[in-house]
Amino acid sequence: MIARLRHAALPLAVFVIFIAVWETIIRGLDVPSYLVPAPSAVAGAFWRGFTEAHYLTHAAITGFQAVSGFIAGSLLGLAIGTLVVVFPIAERIVYPYVVALQTVPKVAVAPLIIVWFGFGMESKIVIVALVSLFPVLVNVIAGLKAVDQDRLDLMSALGASRWQILRYLRLPNALPFVFAGLNTAIVFSVIGAIVGEFVGANKGIGFLILQANFALDIAAAFALFVVLSIMGVALHAALQWLQRRVVFWAQAEEHFRA
Amino acid sequence: MAPAQGETALAIRGLGMVYRRGEAAVAALAGFDLDVADREFVAIVGPSGCGKSTLLKLVTGLRPPTTGSITLYGRQVAGPRPDVGIVFQSPVLFPWRTVLDNVLLPADVLRLPRAEYTGRAMELLDLVGLGGFERMYPQELSGGMQQRAAIARALVHDAPLLLMDEPFGALDAMTREQMNLELQRIWSARRKTVVFITHSITEAVFLADRIVVMSPRPGRILEVIANPIPRLRSMEDTLRPEFGAMVHRVRGLLGGTATGAAL
Repeated sequence: MIARLRHAALPLAVFVIFIAVWETIIRGLDVPSYLVPAPSAVAGAFWRGFTEAHYLTHAAITGFQAVSGFIAGSLLGLAIGTLVVVFPIAERIVYPYVVALQTVPKVAVAPLIIVWFGFGMESKIVIVALVSLFPVLVNVIAGLKAVDQDRLDLMSALGASRWQILRYLRLPNALPFVFAGLNTAIVFSVIGAIVGEFVGANKGIGFLILQANFALDIAAAFALFVVLSIMGVALHAALQWLQRRVVFWAQAEEHFRA
Repeated sequence: MAPAQGETALAIRGLGMVYRRGEAAVAALAGFDLDVADREFVAIVGPSGCGKSTLLKLVTGLRPPTTGSITLYGRQVAGPRPDVGIVFQSPVLFPWRTVLDNVLLPADVLRLPRAEYTGRAMELLDLVGLGGFERMYPQELSGGMQQRAAIARALVHDAPLLLMDEPFGALDAMTREQMNLELQRIWSARRKTVVFITHSITEAVFLADRIVVMSPRPGRILEVIANPIPRLRSMEDTLRPEFGAMVHRVRGLLGGTATGAAL
């Protein structure tokens, strides 16, 4: 515990000094709060947001959109990736469309998706699924293909079928790659949800940020950034937790192969 | 259906393998003939690149030969077969499976009843000296222990033929000596037919009933030497004059062409 405190002491001290300097400059130079707010103003806006402006409800909506879109996109990426590797013909048929889809900026497609799926959460989930699909897909394909020849020989010598090689070797072998993709996708998913809310929504953190900007309530906008980064860090930490449990062998792999 | 003692387990006739890369063709094996009796321990020694590993790939049915035929227990080898167990140079264990689950991999692939084979796998783990380690993951074991687990895996589906491709090549000298003793013990306990590929002459002489000495590429048989030293052999036997004489003879065959002088 003490060791942990000591470990955190320096970063914490730097943070406190940073906030203090920021506060002093804003007050000393009389910077107007509609340009850059003082940390104390941001803290006040943060507090009011949760007590009066239902930040928690909005954050829950944005979080739900991000997580469900992330899950849908990841599962789709996993499925398409597996299909592409198992049936090489699917790679030639499906993959060009997937790459074409990826090269179109999702922000450009977002208004169309709002038209198709409405102002509600569905459209945001679709946008998030689209942005989180690609990093997972690319990594699934790489992971399924990156199998040691020795391991393949072992399976072939046992007379394993393609399906057995997939189940016993390729899929577990791909998991560390899948998690690399998921780590990128989870960051994209929050971005996707906010983009969707910017384009058209009446709820969520992205919607609140737009409102705060229109009202020149910059302190509130900063407070919302804080909410977003807390959300991002929490999602990332949850994924890390899951990763350590599912691909427990990944760190040891390098050492193991040597 | 167990073949009687002395019956031929493996018959290789006129085996040849040519690898083609565009216009270039490399002959890895040529005119290779060998009979291995049931429950015999045969070691194959040769310089690097003499086609030892090619031979193993052909016998396991991983690749078809260019010429010749391989007959295993009366049936021609046309593809991978469940009556062969293989130990590679590296353990090739899956890090996401426990030691026990790794040993049970052939049972899973061959769709054998897991409940029945779990008991057998535990017995084999005891036999190879890994009793009590079954719940651990391979990356938690030393190199020698990983290779023991690989041997248990090769034995689990009770294939009568065991192919070993330089299984102890990556181990340090002391562990290697230990593993040679252990392998002899396991072999005498289970009485498998073993084809053991190695580049260590002393290992071949210590373990084998017969030693097949191969020439450089394309691999041909230079000589097959019968080993008269009685079983079970101990490390002291390596100091006997007939052991030294055999090592000397094999070395002479292998080194004779390279040095141009009889040793």
